[in-house]
Amino acid sequence: MLRVETLKVDPLPPLSFNVADGECLAIEGPSGSGKTRLLRAIADLDDAPGHVFLDGAERRELQAPEWRLRVRYVSSEPAWWTATAREAFDFAHPEMASRLDRSIAALALKTAILDNPLSTLSTGERQRLALVRAMIDEPRVLLLDEPSTGLDPQTAALVEELIRFQMLAGRSVILASHDQGQIGRLAHARLQLARPLPVRGGARQ
Amino acid sequence: MTSYVPLSTMDLFFAAALVAINGAISFYYGLKLEKTLAIASVRMVVQLAAVALVLKFIFAQTSPLWTVLFACVMAIAAGAEIVMRQEHRFVGWRAMLLSSSPAFLSGLMTTFIALAVIQPQPWHAPRILLPILGMLVGNALSGVALVLDTMTSAALRERAAIEARLALGATRIVAFGDILRRSLRTGLMPILNAMAAAGIVSLPGMMTGQILAGIDPVEAAKYQVLIMFLIAGATAIAVLAGALASVHLLTDDRHRLRLDRLQTHTNRLR
Repeated sequence: MLRVETLKVDPLPPLSFNVADGECLAIEGPSGSGKTRLLRAIADLDDAPGHVFLDGAERRELQAPEWRLRVRYVSSEPAWWTATAREAFDFAHPEMASRLDRSIAALALKTAILDNPLSTLSTGERQRLALVRAMIDEPRVLLLDEPSTGLDPQTAALVEELIRFQMLAGRSVILASHDQGQIGRLAHARLQLARPLPVRGGARQ
Repeated sequence: MTSYVPLSTMDLFFAAALVAINGAISFYYGLKLEKTLAIASVRMVVQLAAVALVLKFIFAQTSPLWTVLFACVMAIAAGAEIVMRQEHRFVGWRAMLLSSSPAFLSGLMTTFIALAVIQPQPWHAPRILLPILGMLVGNALSGVALVLDTMTSAALRERAAIEARLALGATRIVAFGDILRRSLRTGLMPILNAMAAAGIVSLPGMMTGQILAGIDPVEAAKYQVLIMFLIAGATAIAVLAGALASVHLLTDDRHRLRLDRLQTHTNRLR
């Protein structure tokens, strides 16, 4: 279970909530309301006062990389550091290969796409590959930031199916989304961030 | 062996006339460089004359304290030079110190190696120590400045890719892996090129100077080889330390990217 206690992300009020294993919490709010900042703070990518516990262990009790192996933030604009997606799937484990093939197929992608230069792929293809990359080592918590932006309805449905599968496997999901339909289909609970934040220097959306 | 031919002040005036060619070009093509040219020429003469007088004074002293003082001035100047060459600078004096000190420290370290090899009497003889320290720090400085520039601009440009790796559970060293390698290459390239070109494309300055001073070319070449290897060593240490220091400064102990520690300056020295 993921437990957030008085997590303070400027300038939202301190937030406290739980997400049980296999459940999905939707975070709603207009652009600039702090959805991304909240998700980044939970993944410890930005500093934020307050506590985040995973199965009773506070994030600071773990080395930050260890924490992010368990609590995984997936950006709405995925970035890559390799020429092809294959190079970014740098796993020695043989089980990973078959898991990769299955996830790729589940999102209606062809295996050949892994070896194409990433710059030649469409935004939607890169978006789906980034989701596969984020889920393949099975983190305990997924923090999904607008996971189906730039996808057509059919592909978005496949992404939702993949998310639902993660929940069935006992993983917790926090979903930041504009899509009321998607929230209705996936979320067990909702968190409304109403007040739009004033734009600050250095703040990220 | 022909020996050293001293120059008269008249000879220098004669050479200075050649600078007028620069002035003529600038005037003819409207480059508006006349003022810069005049300032640069006068600065060079004044600075070299001043350093010559200071060195002459130090060489005449027996106390090594003067040598230490000169080295301290060199350390501050080297640090300032590195900072001034950066477009994106670290905020705070601690960060500036950490990013700019590797050049002087590695230069100092390798100078001690040089002294152990050359074995001057006394070991801290300023006429051996100071020129070598200057050459090593100067070259290490260029390497570190290049490394810092590559690291900071890559971190700003590739923020999303670095954070993508951090989000997947990479440590900061892994997340910066490619950028680290790239900046180390950039920092080491000048000295590698200089070694490869030495003697073919150009005679290195120090060797030229020794030959002009009447030293046997073979002896001058031996000194140049020693210095080149020392420069390579000093640069390698400085570049690695500078690169690791910048990874340390661009991230925090929770392996977060901290671009807020950078400040962009447009009035960069080149």
